[in-house]
Amino acid sequence: MLEVRGVHTFYGQIEALKGVDISVEEGEIVTLIGSNGAGKTTLLMTICGNPRASRGQVLFEGEDITQVPTHHLVERGIAQSPEGRRIFSRMTVMENLQMGALRTGAAHFDKDLDMVFDLFPRLKERRDQRGGTLSGGEQQMLAIARALMSRPRLLLLDEPSLGLAPMVVRQIFDVIREINRSEGMTVFLVEQNAFHALKLAHRAYVMVNGRITLAGTGAELLANPEIRAAYLEGGH
Amino acid sequence: MLAYFLQQLINGLTLGSIYGLIAIGYTMVYGIIGMINFAHGEIFMIGAFVSVIAFLVLGALDITFIPLALLVVLLAAMVFTAAWGWTVERLAYRPLRGSFRLAPLISAIGMSIALQNFVQISQGARVKPIQPVIQGGVVLFTGDEGFTVVMSYLQIFIIILTVVLMAVFTWIITRTSLGRQQRACEQDRMMAGLVGVNVDRTISLTFVMGAVLAAVAGLMVTLQYGVVDFYIGFLAGMKAFTAAVLGGIGSLPGAMLGGILIGLIEAFWSAYFTIEYKDVAVFGVLVLVLIFRPTGLLGRPEVEKV
Repeated sequence: MLEVRGVHTFYGQIEALKGVDISVEEGEIVTLIGSNGAGKTTLLMTICGNPRASRGQVLFEGEDITQVPTHHLVERGIAQSPEGRRIFSRMTVMENLQMGALRTGAAHFDKDLDMVFDLFPRLKERRDQRGGTLSGGEQQMLAIARALMSRPRLLLLDEPSLGLAPMVVRQIFDVIREINRSEGMTVFLVEQNAFHALKLAHRAYVMVNGRITLAGTGAELLANPEIRAAYLEGGH
Repeated sequence: MLAYFLQQLINGLTLGSIYGLIAIGYTMVYGIIGMINFAHGEIFMIGAFVSVIAFLVLGALDITFIPLALLVVLLAAMVFTAAWGWTVERLAYRPLRGSFRLAPLISAIGMSIALQNFVQISQGARVKPIQPVIQGGVVLFTGDEGFTVVMSYLQIFIIILTVVLMAVFTWIITRTSLGRQQRACEQDRMMAGLVGVNVDRTISLTFVMGAVLAAVAGLMVTLQYGVVDFYIGFLAGMKAFTAAVLGGIGSLPGAMLGGILIGLIEAFWSAYFTIEYKDVAVFGVLVLVLIFRPTGLLGRPEVEKV
């Protein structure tokens, strides 16, 4: 469904991605783990065309989307809950969800709204509250809900667990598993919280310094001693 | 005394409506791309010129039914001025997006000078008069000393039109999808792109909306004073900018409130103190606001809880 082929991305003079290849098949949860600054967020943003890949190709459902403007991707079925959540803080929860549904038309809106309120009942309680007044966990729920409102076929999640209490993290990961199982949603998940991410994912990639260094199933990587030493020991 | 005061109040509100309409253009553009569009005063001036030309054309065509003429001129001013506003953004600001912060500001000043000179050369430097279009008024009451308070039909027209436009714009910004997209761009342009907002188009539309209101203000000034020249955009633009800062730049109700306050300050200062210093009074307010309340009356502080 998603294929990244030999992608290089620069920030000014700095080469953040140095030839990345990954693929995500329909119905999968694929995770990308790596430490801070490895280039994980850059990869997600490059998939969305901001910044653009300077070399290589991004294919979605067989079509080359490397040069497609960012704002057209949501119509094609790609939605992202980005790093730092980036909810519209001076808009209400409801308005944030309306922004998510911007390109889907009014026909599905009520049904989709019920669906995300089922997944995140807290958002329903806070529907008229401004986004900026929500707690971190609620903001993360809102960011995912906003992405779901666009009826994506591929959901990109950038560190949904960052800065959240363990209980909230579990809740959010449960929702990701749930939408993957019941809706068949394809998920590409970027995480530093490797333990939870590897347990959830069908397949996983490890990124170090802008390169993919390891790939395998979630279970394989969980059992890999190198991974355990680098990303899992100490905490979690 | 009361009669005199009331008359100044009416005059001030009328003037304030005009400043407020121009100020909205400053505040909306600042809100969405964080720059002061110093060419906005010239957009207003172009609106006034289009109005004059439209009146002359209608006069030549012998269309004398006033409501129809006003409607046609209003629409013509809006359409042509909007096209100018759109073009200015396209030519002078969009290529500089993503460049350093001062670049579009300098470009705006250049655009302002260029537009002034263009109009001066193409239309001539002399003032352009038109015949009074809306005449007469209602006597509200006569004070003790025989001073009558008059509200002219033109003043009624200006205030009602302003209220209607404000209502429409508030509705657009708070209730429609376009308004949400504008606010989304204002708060987080990158995220707006990710949810499917065409950011460039939304910014263009913001310039168009600001230009439309400036065009209406241009028409009002044409009707009110009966003369226009290529230089009217400078002072009106600076005062409207002051209004936007006073109200809190970035805030739509703030721009309107600021406009009305500036109009009232100008009217009352002219009435009770020396009329020569009315501009000093207005810009004195700008200095005081910037010193004591830089976020303006309804503006929000820059730092936000994330």
